[in-house]
Amino acid sequence: MGAVHQFKNEPSDAAKKVPDGLFVDCPYCHTHFYEKQLGPNKVCPNCGYGFRLTAQERLEQIVDKDSFREMDADLSLQNPDFPGYAEKLHKAQHDTHLRDAVVTGTAKVKGQTVAIGVMDSHFVMGSLGTIVGEKITRLFERGLQDKLPVVLFTASGGARMQEGIQSLMQMAKISGALAQFQEAGLFYLVVLTDPTTGGVTASFAMDGDVTLAEPHALIGFAGRRVIEQTVHEKLPADFQRAESLMEQGFVDAIVKRDELADTIGRLLKLHQKSEV
Amino acid sequence: MSLFKRDLDPAEVVAKSREDRYSANYIIQSLFTDFFEMHGDRLNGDDPSIIAGVAMLNEQPVTVIAIDKGVTLDEKMAKRNGSPTPNGYRKAQRMMEQAEKFRRPIITFINTPGAYPGKEAEENGQGEAIAQSILKSMKLTVPVIAIIYGEGGSGGALALATADEVWMLENATYSVLSPEGFASILWKDGKRSDEAARLMGLTANELADEGIVDYVIPEGWTKRRLMRLMQLKLEQTIERLMKLDPQELLSRRRQRFRKF
Repeated sequence: MGAVHQFKNEPSDAAKKVPDGLFVDCPYCHTHFYEKQLGPNKVCPNCGYGFRLTAQERLEQIVDKDSFREMDADLSLQNPDFPGYAEKLHKAQHDTHLRDAVVTGTAKVKGQTVAIGVMDSHFVMGSLGTIVGEKITRLFERGLQDKLPVVLFTASGGARMQEGIQSLMQMAKISGALAQFQEAGLFYLVVLTDPTTGGVTASFAMDGDVTLAEPHALIGFAGRRVIEQTVHEKLPADFQRAESLMEQGFVDAIVKRDELADTIGRLLKLHQKSEV
Repeated sequence: MSLFKRDLDPAEVVAKSREDRYSANYIIQSLFTDFFEMHGDRLNGDDPSIIAGVAMLNEQPVTVIAIDKGVTLDEKMAKRNGSPTPNGYRKAQRMMEQAEKFRRPIITFINTPGAYPGKEAEENGQGEAIAQSILKSMKLTVPVIAIIYGEGGSGGALALATADEVWMLENATYSVLSPEGFASILWKDGKRSDEAARLMGLTANELADEGIVDYVIPEGWTKRRLMRLMQLKLEQTIERLMKLDPQELLSRRRQRFRKF
């Protein structure tokens, strides 16, 4: 199931963006407004939906200035053998200046050191391939080794189809590292951002000690179209949105972008361990 | 053994894996004695597409968790052709916890096109249910053996296949998505599923080459002999795994997946 395609009909932010000084369209409430009204946090002035951020933008908003130290920056897939995949990766690498769909490292948030990962949906829809899986696994291993909390921003269309079964195995690989991390009594904070779907939802996105979400973020396992075809009914507008998930009991809090860094800082402080 | 046997094309294997060749009940009755089925996730329901309980494998009590497509039309409707809901995965988790408590090995049998993509399933946390099944499997200190006996559809299969050993029937499949879905995503043409099947590497032998699958169960004989073979292999493997220190077993399971 968990598939990139299920959300592909939603144009990316890049596609929605018109040149500077012109109008943008909110993908959630469909209001038009001047792009500069988005503000530095890129939030819809009407409904509060947070536009999709690049990993770089996210880090700038969350971590203390100059505190980010990237890990595994050069890790990239060596032998993309699926037809057309190498070209797709090269294009994504060229367009995003990323090697793959997640950036990981250590940083300080409000003065507290964390291992932090940010998935970037601009890179092949943030899909979960071997490199993404490896980097997130190493993030938990690093957290375990240095006894750091892990803060992870999820954004993904699901499995990386071109990597086939290997992509599926990443869910188990990450879960193995996460299990060990949890057994050590360490804190895992996950922030679900738009969109978090498919195999990512069906693994580490739903394993947090605390689960935050951004307003109106799409969060789900199966794609809307697949579900509509299965149950033969139209789904409500708020289906698989952060607010619904909170009502259904799967999200602890929905946090606005301008309060996110403070909230994370507060949660880190609340989860400090008393020295034995 | 394939002197007169032609290897099937992957697209043919896909078709075969979807035939009703073995029902979960038939497998359970053939391999075990004293099977006692347990129902419900103790939260809010019971999913009939997952048959779970305890049984004896020779002299060894085991926990059995099987995804079942059903045989009759009514069964197939009730079991959504083997697509579990969150209730099913949570029932499985309940079984895993009991197995850990009573130190029983777990044997799972998998035949699913995927977890059910329904409205209610989503609202009940299909993603969370699968996520927790995988995570729980990564914490168990009793042996877990997963056997894919038909379709191994994506996360819905992995939820019960995070195991010390993953076995597959020769004509079963295991993949990130159905070939139809795969073709429709990548080429916007679901009809090219046969071509997708050949590219995806979803047959047991291909998966064994990649180390995804540990043992391919040959299917070239009668059902009864096949069941006997599985039974013997299970007895031997469980005996071997039960001798390991529980922490060593767990660490090997994590290592098994760490290499991917």
